[in-house]
Amino acid sequence: MRNTSLWNRRTRLTLLIVLAATYLLAVFFWGLFIDPSEYGVHYENKLLAPSGQHLFGTDAMGRDMFKRCIKGLSNSLVIGLLASLVSSVVALIMGIASAVFGGFVDRFVNLCVDLCMGLPHLVLLILISCMAGRGTVGVTVAVALTHWPSLTRIVRQEVLQLRNTQYVLASRKMGKSYLTIALTHMVPHVLPAYLIGLILLFPHAIMHEASVTFLGFGLPKEMPAIGVILAESMNHITTGKWWMALFPGLMLLLAVVLFDLIGETLKKLWNPNSGNE
Amino acid sequence: MQLEAKNISFRYDKKSPWVLKDVSLSIQEGERVGIVAPSGFGKTTLARILAGYEKPSEGQVLIDGKELPSKGFCPVQLIYQHPELSVNPRWRMEKTLNECFTPDEALLAKMGIEKEWLHRWPSELSGGELQRFCIARILTPKTKILICDEISTMLDVITQAQVWNILLDIAKERNMGMAVITHNKALAEKVCTRTVRLDK
Repeated sequence: MRNTSLWNRRTRLTLLIVLAATYLLAVFFWGLFIDPSEYGVHYENKLLAPSGQHLFGTDAMGRDMFKRCIKGLSNSLVIGLLASLVSSVVALIMGIASAVFGGFVDRFVNLCVDLCMGLPHLVLLILISCMAGRGTVGVTVAVALTHWPSLTRIVRQEVLQLRNTQYVLASRKMGKSYLTIALTHMVPHVLPAYLIGLILLFPHAIMHEASVTFLGFGLPKEMPAIGVILAESMNHITTGKWWMALFPGLMLLLAVVLFDLIGETLKKLWNPNSGNE
Repeated sequence: MQLEAKNISFRYDKKSPWVLKDVSLSIQEGERVGIVAPSGFGKTTLARILAGYEKPSEGQVLIDGKELPSKGFCPVQLIYQHPELSVNPRWRMEKTLNECFTPDEALLAKMGIEKEWLHRWPSELSGGELQRFCIARILTPKTKILICDEISTMLDVITQAQVWNILLDIAKERNMGMAVITHNKALAEKVCTRTVRLDK
């Protein structure tokens, strides 16, 4: 029986995705176009507890924490986005090449993946960040260049498994070119696993950016970023200024959870075993 | 068109034993050749070689005196034993059905494919229903020879009869050649114009 009611599970899930995506996009664009004076320094308001005027309170320099959080999250999202863009392209090319060509190419790609995964991630990040000149550029390059190995493995595994399935072979005999097969058979198959990988990469990238920044190899102190804010708030948390750590932390958590939710929901909708439920 | 297998032998690598040794076979237009052997005699391997999925270690497969094309639509098409493995689980049936051509309504009606199935995913159909799709999707006018590798083994008796009736009708109508691979001698005798035994 097909469920014909308007309010079925599919509609509900779609709505959930739209809501989550709207929130993330809203934060992203608000932060992108926010006026820097809105989170500027006002010493007369320093260390205020949360109130109607300052939703998340203010910090030791009287900066509005809510606006800083928005800007910071937006900055983190930009870095996460760059990391996932670069990683996705690298992972797709290397993963597919490795599975399709096999032999030497496969061994080379696996070597690169092992090499990258064998090194402690943070050390690699700091090395690349330093080489690329630290600061915003350094941390962005480092985060973007080090998140592809796990995704490459996922893609390789999926394509490898797909290459010899009967429907791909049959498609070949129906006269389809390799490119058509890759686009129509492989991509839709790899996409869900790949997207989940990408979405899980976002919080990773944001966390790594925060840790590198915390250690002083990343974003400059004056730049609002969740990592910087959390690092700063550590100085104040012992004196009872709980709002400086709590709210930015919650914002970060919410963003991570929403990404996860989008990923999981998409997986359910695209999965043929649950898509029509 | 005529499909000819000339002295084909097959093994997976230089050291492994022969799966097929010196098999010769020809299928004329309009002819239905049954290939009968017990399990493990290389029936499926032969089917894959005839349809060009696998290169024989020795000998050649010729269609009208020429080698099978490695690109483009192959006039020799294989129908698999396991329909559930032969359709993309992530495609709705409509897409699978129309992958290489759009079968007309009459063909769908004849095959007993219901309109409602087109919007389903393969996991929502049974093996017999899927097999009808697998057959219908390659019945283009360009298909000259059909290799049927145990295509009715997973079907119940009534569905088997249905599928074979349709297939025979269409084969006669279009004068297609067919290789019917089976271990069911009765079936081979019923649907084929002649039978070849691999185990002799």
